[in-house]
Amino acid sequence: MGILVLAEHDNQHVKPATWSVLTAASELSAEITVLVAGNACQNVANTLAKVPGVSAIWLADHPAYGQGIAENIAPLMVQYAAKFTHILAPATTYGKNIMPRVAALLDISMVGDVISIIACDTFIRPIYAGNALATIQTTDTIKLLTIRATAFAKAVPATNNVPIILLADIYNSDKIVVSEEILTPAERPELTAARIVVSGGRALQTRENFQLIEQLAEKLGAAVGASRAAVDAGLVPNDYQVGQTGKVVAPELYMAIGISGAIQHIAGMKDSKVIVAINKDSEAPIFQIADYGLVGDLFTLVPALIQALET
Amino acid sequence: MMKILVAIKRVVDPYVKIKVRLDETAVDTDNLKMAMNPFCEIALEEAVRLKEAGIAQEVIAVSIGPNNCQETLRQGLALGADRAVLIEQATALEPLAIAKCLQYVAIAQQVDIVFLGKQSIDGDHNQTGQMLAALLQWPQATFASKVVIKNNQCMVTREIDGGLQTVVVNMPVVITVDLRLNQPRYPALPLIMQAKRKPIDIIPANSLPIDVTSRQHILRVTAPPKRQMGIRVGSVEELVNKLRYEAKII
Repeated sequence: MGILVLAEHDNQHVKPATWSVLTAASELSAEITVLVAGNACQNVANTLAKVPGVSAIWLADHPAYGQGIAENIAPLMVQYAAKFTHILAPATTYGKNIMPRVAALLDISMVGDVISIIACDTFIRPIYAGNALATIQTTDTIKLLTIRATAFAKAVPATNNVPIILLADIYNSDKIVVSEEILTPAERPELTAARIVVSGGRALQTRENFQLIEQLAEKLGAAVGASRAAVDAGLVPNDYQVGQTGKVVAPELYMAIGISGAIQHIAGMKDSKVIVAINKDSEAPIFQIADYGLVGDLFTLVPALIQALET
Repeated sequence: MMKILVAIKRVVDPYVKIKVRLDETAVDTDNLKMAMNPFCEIALEEAVRLKEAGIAQEVIAVSIGPNNCQETLRQGLALGADRAVLIEQATALEPLAIAKCLQYVAIAQQVDIVFLGKQSIDGDHNQTGQMLAALLQWPQATFASKVVIKNNQCMVTREIDGGLQTVVVNMPVVITVDLRLNQPRYPALPLIMQAKRKPIDIIPANSLPIDVTSRQHILRVTAPPKRQMGIRVGSVEELVNKLRYEAKII
């Protein structure tokens, strides 16, 4: 008995959230099996085989598993589920797509977005956009969890070399096929993995103005985020959205620019180490959680900040 | 012609600030303003647009919860659903039990598509649609930002971390919707009046052959730790100095 971790990856590299799930798994058991389901993803298996605490890598390498299709990956996990006490996956769009499907196929009630492990059957998860924390005890025989990456440290590959076991099982649904994937260019760090995040709000007003945020982010080597208001106003795509209904981030530095600080935005960034707020409204709620607040017009302050960072 | 089922949840209005009960057993929802879950509004809007485009024949709204969910279903009828089903259940159910109730309705009503919000803004589970698809053994298209239907196939663009993925799925299908799919309409007054005459079929949950027993116990519900308020800086230079020499972060 042990833990099964579903690794998220892009068939070449391990996605950062996976490292946090491995740390969460190590809090539960010393016996961790990692499932790498993908297509031509041997590199991913090799990298994960080096992580201390991992006992075995299961590699299911087939085109059916290459694009995160839940209809294919879920039955594969169900086939082996009875061997484990817990099954963990990252609480990302990848994990959230697959894990509830696994749970229902097993007739199990899962626990999503776990931020803390209290006991082997008891977990804390945020509800109401992080405005409350629920401690949940589950009675199911197998515990299915998705792990919120920002709440756990990242495991680091070392020099271990655990065995990689090939799984030959192929599940390939004829009811769904991926026709296209358009991924945002990765010249900048990914939002949920970045050390610094610079986010803009509705105060930016136009797409052109939002480039100010991009320029500042570039100067800092930061990822770019946005409030839901900025997304709703069409300034940036939805995958920029930081907040309970978007992405939850906890970087070392979070800069909120022209963001008032709606509850739903704060839920997505309040665990950042240092928060900077720039806003012309000195009463904006964002200042209540900011470590450093600067009141003023962002269209003056942001260019000045970019300039100041030159020196 | 297609039949569409839309799952609708009654939740605390998203603009209302919630508080945890003093005994830490739950969030205090007594006397709070309630509303249709915003993601469910988007799901319903998409279904109604498919009907208006002549692709769907009928839109059925379904809710699972206490009797006052009728109010939320009436709102759904005013927004364009043709009729509604309420699976009446006094206590809150876990996503798996909700999915089992929805499975029952989807089969009984012989629908081609079930639209759901990707999550509700109270429990924030993001599970029900995926579970329903699994129980029905249908494909699932989660986090939809675009839906195109042609020749009994459904093309759905999904908002995934790092970009967009378009899938082609056979029907019947379960689709969960994300924010950018559409901008829901407001109900027009004549439609609100008409909605009062549309039927709501009420079925007690305990009359269904479904075990809805909770598998999880909520031991405690607490307020999150408060973050300390920091300081105000007077200039860009001061900010840069603080970040460089005090926080040592840039």
